[in-house]
Amino acid sequence: MMADLTLSRPLRRSSAHYRMRRRAFRALQVCALGLVLVYTLFPYYWAFVSSTKQGAALYRSVLLPALDFTYYRQLIDNPVFMGSLLNSAYVAVSTTCLSLIIGISAAYALGRIDFPQRRAVLMVILMISIFPQVVVLSGMFELINWLGLFNRPSALVLTYLLSTVPFTTWILTTFIREFPRELEEAAIVDGCSHLRILMKILLPLMGPSLASTGILAFILAWNEFLFALTFTLTDENRTVPVAIGLIAGTNRYEYPFGQIMAASVTVTLPLIAVVLIFQRRIVAGLTAGAVKG
Amino acid sequence: MSARLARRDHRAAWFFLLPVIAAMLVVAVWPLGRTFFFAFTDAYLDDPSVYTMVGLANFLEVFNDPSWWLAVRNTLVFTVISVSIETVLGLAIALLINDAIPGRGLARAAILVPWAIPVVVATKIWEWMLNDQFGVINKVLIELGLIDHGVAWTASGSLIMGVVIFIDVWMTTPFMVLLILAGLQMLSHEIFEAAAVDGIPAWKRFWSITLPMLRPAIGVAVLFRSLDALRMFDLSYVLAGSNEKVMTVSIYARDRLISFQELGVGSAASTWVFLLVALVAIILIGALRLDKAAGH
Repeated sequence: MMADLTLSRPLRRSSAHYRMRRRAFRALQVCALGLVLVYTLFPYYWAFVSSTKQGAALYRSVLLPALDFTYYRQLIDNPVFMGSLLNSAYVAVSTTCLSLIIGISAAYALGRIDFPQRRAVLMVILMISIFPQVVVLSGMFELINWLGLFNRPSALVLTYLLSTVPFTTWILTTFIREFPRELEEAAIVDGCSHLRILMKILLPLMGPSLASTGILAFILAWNEFLFALTFTLTDENRTVPVAIGLIAGTNRYEYPFGQIMAASVTVTLPLIAVVLIFQRRIVAGLTAGAVKG
Repeated sequence: MSARLARRDHRAAWFFLLPVIAAMLVVAVWPLGRTFFFAFTDAYLDDPSVYTMVGLANFLEVFNDPSWWLAVRNTLVFTVISVSIETVLGLAIALLINDAIPGRGLARAAILVPWAIPVVVATKIWEWMLNDQFGVINKVLIELGLIDHGVAWTASGSLIMGVVIFIDVWMTTPFMVLLILAGLQMLSHEIFEAAAVDGIPAWKRFWSITLPMLRPAIGVAVLFRSLDALRMFDLSYVLAGSNEKVMTVSIYARDRLISFQELGVGSAASTWVFLLVALVAIILIGALRLDKAAGH
């Protein structure tokens, strides 16, 4: 009792001191968070602001957008740019669908069936996904020519499988393992084939996993640059990243930054919208492979 | 009976793997093999069917080319510095938004934006912001009185590597944050509470508990990011073309192959890239394993 009374005064003072320190720390954290937000978001905001300014206004650093959409109208009227948007969409969608089909089939074998070479197959797939694209460039060039696909968007669908298939296989394997085995036990006892188990039991449950994996594969394909630059030659067969990368002014002082920013905002806006809508799923997909792998 | 069932399972497994094996044979194994093959020939890109075998001559030509070693140096400098900065910054941001502070949900969504933007677009945006005359960065620095006239960030040779690293850090730190955050969320709270109750100061808790326990997550993130950085092509290419100051090994190999049409030499350069990446991968994986072994 006595001890409690004598202790209570210094204790109270120190807890007030402690609370103040905590509050200061919290304020510091919130400031840091604000800095992180500005750092990550300002460049994209600035691209949008710049894309709505004309002429001399572009060179004055006013923080608010002028909301003049001339550059966007020019883009819509530009058949080459719209064509490259279509090419990008075609290539990215086809690549995504193909790699999801190939990936889910492989993921079922790697995630659900016990066979001796399972780990080895997983390691080979992981190794393929990390080696540099430039290493296969010569052989791929010959293959594309041989198939008669040079300067066709379809060439890109084929070559993109190099990075998207290992990726979808790896992620879908980790997703498939998360489903409890009990789901299929009854079916196995009944003598169901593996194909039926995959199609009738697992696939209906895998919608969200397929969606997040698909979005990631889509982003990979949509953003690819090296193969797109190398295997297409003429403007009408370009994808958007290459089209933007190759926009150039008549000279150094007439660099069309306004147009480039408008094109940049146009091709990234759908991506950012999808990413923000499916935020949780995308993070799940991105981390699934790495953390448990 | 069960052996027969197991054999049936094995056959089913290979059946399901058939599409992925076929795809990888066509787009990975075959082109890789052809690249290795062309590296020993003097073929040119316009007609690859005309060639003679030249042994190791192409490998030696690349090996004796000072530009190649410049590209190797640039690639290694870029990889080491950018991955280091990304790891430290990624760890800091992950720790920040792992705490329950207001606005963390917003921050988690916001960090996905730089990650989703195509490299080409990110490069163009920063090129514009860093423009020597009209760029907003120079304007802000002049307003703050830090400089009195615009810095030519992307035009001057000595600054351009810094710019490349800076843009890469902006684009890929989110990936680090996400992986480290996932690692953080798997740690149990009890240890931290126990340590806090024992009066262990915050920095010591971070240094002796958080960091060692995060090591596997950070290790995997560093491995993936390093291998990705070693093959960097688009960022340097879009910002500076074939400028030797930031030319990476991927740009060097593609230049020989496509711009100079030298299929043989280009393939040899690609093979060197392959060996370089394989070497770094083995060293990194070895280092990670050793760390794990030491921890047990």
